[in-house]
Amino acid sequence: MSAVIENHHDDHHHGPAKGLTRWLYTTNHKDIGTLYLWFSFAMFLIGGAMALVIRAELFQPGMQIVEPEFYNQMITLHGLIMIFGGVMPAFVGLANWLVPMMIGAPDMALPRMNNLSFWILPFAFFILLSSLFMEGGAPNFGWTFYAPLSTTYAPPSVTFFIFSVHIMGASSIMGAINVVVTIMNMRAPGVTLMKMPLFVWSWLITAYLLIAVMPVLAGAVTMMLMDIHFGTSFFNAAGGGDPVLFQHIFWFFGHPEVYIMILPAFGIVSHIIETFSRKQLFGYSSMVWAMLSIAILSFVVWAHHMFTVGLPLAAELFFMWATMLIAVPTGVKVFNWVATMFKGSLTFETPMLFAIAFVVLFTIGGLSGLMLAIVPADFQYHDTYFVVAHFHYVLVPGAIFSIMAAVYYWIPKWSGNMYDERLGKLHFWLSFIGVNVTFFPQHFIGLAGMPRRYPDYALQFADWNMVSSVGAFLFGVSQILFLFIVLKTVMGGKKATDQVWEGARGLEWTVASPAPYHTFTTPPKVD
Amino acid sequence: MNSEAKKTLRRLVIAVPLMFAFGFALVPLYNVFCEVTGINGKVFQTDDAKDLVIEDGRPLGLQFISTNNENMPWIFKPSEEVMTISTGEYYTATYYVKNTTNKTMTAQAVPSVAPSNAAAHLKKLECFCFEQQELAPGEDALLPVRLLVSDELPKNIKNIILSYTIFDVTEYDDEAVAQVDNEGHHGMEH
Repeated sequence: MSAVIENHHDDHHHGPAKGLTRWLYTTNHKDIGTLYLWFSFAMFLIGGAMALVIRAELFQPGMQIVEPEFYNQMITLHGLIMIFGGVMPAFVGLANWLVPMMIGAPDMALPRMNNLSFWILPFAFFILLSSLFMEGGAPNFGWTFYAPLSTTYAPPSVTFFIFSVHIMGASSIMGAINVVVTIMNMRAPGVTLMKMPLFVWSWLITAYLLIAVMPVLAGAVTMMLMDIHFGTSFFNAAGGGDPVLFQHIFWFFGHPEVYIMILPAFGIVSHIIETFSRKQLFGYSSMVWAMLSIAILSFVVWAHHMFTVGLPLAAELFFMWATMLIAVPTGVKVFNWVATMFKGSLTFETPMLFAIAFVVLFTIGGLSGLMLAIVPADFQYHDTYFVVAHFHYVLVPGAIFSIMAAVYYWIPKWSGNMYDERLGKLHFWLSFIGVNVTFFPQHFIGLAGMPRRYPDYALQFADWNMVSSVGAFLFGVSQILFLFIVLKTVMGGKKATDQVWEGARGLEWTVASPAPYHTFTTPPKVD
Repeated sequence: MNSEAKKTLRRLVIAVPLMFAFGFALVPLYNVFCEVTGINGKVFQTDDAKDLVIEDGRPLGLQFISTNNENMPWIFKPSEEVMTISTGEYYTATYYVKNTTNKTMTAQAVPSVAPSNAAAHLKKLECFCFEQQELAPGEDALLPVRLLVSDELPKNIKNIILSYTIFDVTEYDDEAVAQVDNEGHHGMEH
């Protein structure tokens, strides 16, 4: 995106430095946002390639392409890379680009920490990916790394995995602290909390969740490290530890984590639906309260991931009802999105298509989540492809579609150029079809009893697995088109107006397109 | 950065190590929670609880199970698989254990009780699971567990299963690590 900013060398602002050092030393929120977004796209392609290895192996029953040991490494790395390398950095990148512009701040509150929090990430993933070439191979215990599978029975590379998780955690925590300090202290006069754009609200809540749970994850991997190397027995039954304790600690982090990956999506989709409905968003304050309730509830539902470990009945009931309670604020949000579109003058540009697909497909993922919340049903669904279908529905057409929607929606502001609408729509439809062909059949094979995380399966699951694999390759290949569209837009194209979209509101649309290197060096006036 | 922002920053920076510590605090919290509620089938040592002893208890089936953890070669089995006992009275049961190998080994037994809501009412005055057992090659022993089931046991429970898993903890510190390394190397052969 360097071409973008060149135009503004002649104005009174300082332009960016030249060459590679610009990106290494930058403390500019827009540069760092760009770095995060490109990094997450690279991780998305690597994690996606691993997903295709998995789907290629599952195309037919029997062992075809990879060894089971390597298959296990693929499922582990696919999960870790997509979560910590794909979705989370993409949202941090969007926060960097948008939060200061949306609240009328000149930059993030802690620009140098911002640089650090980005630049340690490539090292984390370098360490994680290098474990593929180590003796014993990469981590092979699934992204949830349950002990003792990840301690007593882990390959030696687990230590590198632990350090890379530490670095990712440090990066996320620094990013989150930056977001909170920025939002709490750098809003332009007049931008009160209940006037903040919903994306800013969603990130404020997300950042608090990150600060609360990433240190717990760091604690969990530190305990693993101590069990493996320093003779402690946190999770070792022989020494008085308890493997179930690991699951409690992990999911105490893990459940808020899933909302960390969806709350910013809620914010993005609210903006896009509002813009292309040409109406004010329905139920702004209920949206804020819904996100807050979801965030608070996320701390008291973790054990619904562990219904089959032998929890006492009272605990199963508590976690079942608490989980179902989350459907209420989520339902409020879906209702508000639909109500915003109701009687609006809708147009269906690419961001809107992705946003509507988000609402529909995320709701499907939410409903399968409700099914999984039912304790007796979960005993049947646990660790089957139904779970895989569920969380991919909320993460791929949920989180990832919202990120793509955000890129299409804001890229004219970032680059100054309109993307190719025809190609954007093509990308949308290919992704939409691909994602559903991939994941919808996984509901069927899951309900029929196919367990997750195996490289082989019984013959009765063959047809739907083949369909799923075809869909996965369609979805995967169409992301190359996405890369092409983004590059084409960055390099040129129809010039975007400042407002870009007819119905767009918010401070970020009041600055020039492309957004100058420095914006809001004097705070804007907001009524 | 203004002083308000510094205050926010300071609070957040303090929150991080606190949450890190909270992660570790979950370990004792979990154990205390299990001890208080008696869930998870965990049984803890009781001091001599004379006030629990009563004379007109109700009959109860007590079943003993033994499991050897993965590569544990010892013979480990209950002397009696089923006992009929009465609540509010002390009983002593024994497990037979024999080191079948030609080296001295140390073992640790880890107990579990089913149904889990019986665990809080099972009082152990003495149990071999409270300490490690070291046996010379070919040596055998009878390991005692002295227990009482409190009369407050829910009336719908007619049988309790007491299970022990025996782990090899010989040179646990050094060898466990070495063993992991070996398995890692083994994985490379594929």
